[in-house]
Amino acid sequence: MSGWRGLVVPLGVLAAAEVAALAAGLQSDSLARPSEIAAAAGVALVDGTILRATVQTLAAAGAGLAIGTSLGLALGILLGLFRTAGRLAEFSIEAFRPIPSVALIPIVLLIFGFGYRMEIAIVAFATFWPILILTQTAIAGIEPRLLEVSRALGFGLGRRVAKIVLPAALPRLFVAFRLAVGIALIVAVTVEITGNTLGLGYALMDAQQSLRPALMFALLLWVGLVGWGLNALLLWAQARLFGPAAMVEARP
Amino acid sequence: MSASRILWFAASILVGLCLVAIWQLAADARLVSPVFLPGPDKAWAALERGIASGELLDKLLGTVGRMVWGWLLASLLGIGVGALIGISPAARAWLGPTLEFLRPLPASAIVPVAIAFLGLSEGMVLAVIGFGALWPMLLATVHGFAAVEPRLYEVSRALGLSRWEVIGKIALPNALPDIFAGLRLGLTVALILAVVGEMLASREGLGLWILLSARAFRAPDLFAGVILLGLVGFASALLLSAVERRALRWRLPPG
Repeated sequence: MSGWRGLVVPLGVLAAAEVAALAAGLQSDSLARPSEIAAAAGVALVDGTILRATVQTLAAAGAGLAIGTSLGLALGILLGLFRTAGRLAEFSIEAFRPIPSVALIPIVLLIFGFGYRMEIAIVAFATFWPILILTQTAIAGIEPRLLEVSRALGFGLGRRVAKIVLPAALPRLFVAFRLAVGIALIVAVTVEITGNTLGLGYALMDAQQSLRPALMFALLLWVGLVGWGLNALLLWAQARLFGPAAMVEARP
Repeated sequence: MSASRILWFAASILVGLCLVAIWQLAADARLVSPVFLPGPDKAWAALERGIASGELLDKLLGTVGRMVWGWLLASLLGIGVGALIGISPAARAWLGPTLEFLRPLPASAIVPVAIAFLGLSEGMVLAVIGFGALWPMLLATVHGFAAVEPRLYEVSRALGLSRWEVIGKIALPNALPDIFAGLRLGLTVALILAVVGEMLASREGLGLWILLSARAFRAPDLFAGVILLGLVGFASALLLSAVERRALRWRLPPG
């Protein structure tokens, strides 16, 4: 095992930054010593500001993800099962998909104003497309004989989806979901940074604007930790649920 | 493209046009307030007006320029550093975990840090785009280099190739599919961050244009901007996949 070597570089950088900042007598509005960052992180963790912001971000990202995923999944299954509809929708999907989700912030802001609803709507839009497309390709990759069997058994649409389609496509759907979770977190933080007065992104902007670099870096590290933790959790779940054979990467 | 494929594509364009028609009907019937949803005719007119006066074209060029420069910067740096890390198993062991930790970090989270150092400047926007687009490319390159068939490295050792020759002749061509996947992801990230950066730092571009249009309740202008942004995303992805097909032609089976 060589796990310890991965820790050397970040710890070394932190130690060097600490020593350099002490030697230079650092007083800055944009930089902070690692020990100050750790202290700020400790304070913000204990008084609950970080946790509150995290819950806000995760709630908005989660709600948007739930809406985007269920809509994308439903439409993706339909378009994947009924090839004619899938082919007919191709152009419309390709025309809508490249719109950057952040470009919708001003429109959604007009409709909902600041708050959870606007953030949820944008996260839902951003996660809808990759889920839709990856679901469609996952369904298209199902062994055709399985679908023939379901037809021979006289299954209706509901039973066909529940008994054949979903189980057969599940490993690839989970990969799509993992991708969508990452997107949801990124978009939620981005919306908060661009102005929504909620969550970790807003806390970051606030720390910068009130010239508290130690808190700002502490929050940045925390955001990284949350993203890394979510990804690690999903990777673990993926390996547990589907085994190493399913460890493939999604390419939207 | 076969004839049936073209026919299907034409049919799907027709469906798209039908959707636009439904949008027009919905807007005409005032199902949604025109403040939020102008009809496609109004959005189109705003688009034409903006392009004719040159104003929208300027914003478009601003956004595209920012996106492309930041992306190029990130590509060169990402592929270069990724190659150096990827070629050496020792560097992978020392740096890999740090990189993996930074990968899921939302790129926009470094906006406040960039503002603290660079202010609300053009450089800040470029730095954020560059930083955000760097990771997909760096990690894809490292991954591509690590996934090269080990025997190819053995062959290169037997041939006595230098490290640079190994990178240029063996590792880089083999890592190209991964690198292109990274380039594509990086391009998407670059466009998103260009829009965010313009909104935050008030730099001339489509991001700022849609923000100001929304504040002034000029919904047709706003939709014109969103349509243009969608086109930028679409065109850049199309261009990149054309380049990719050319560059990876040697990997395809003949015929």
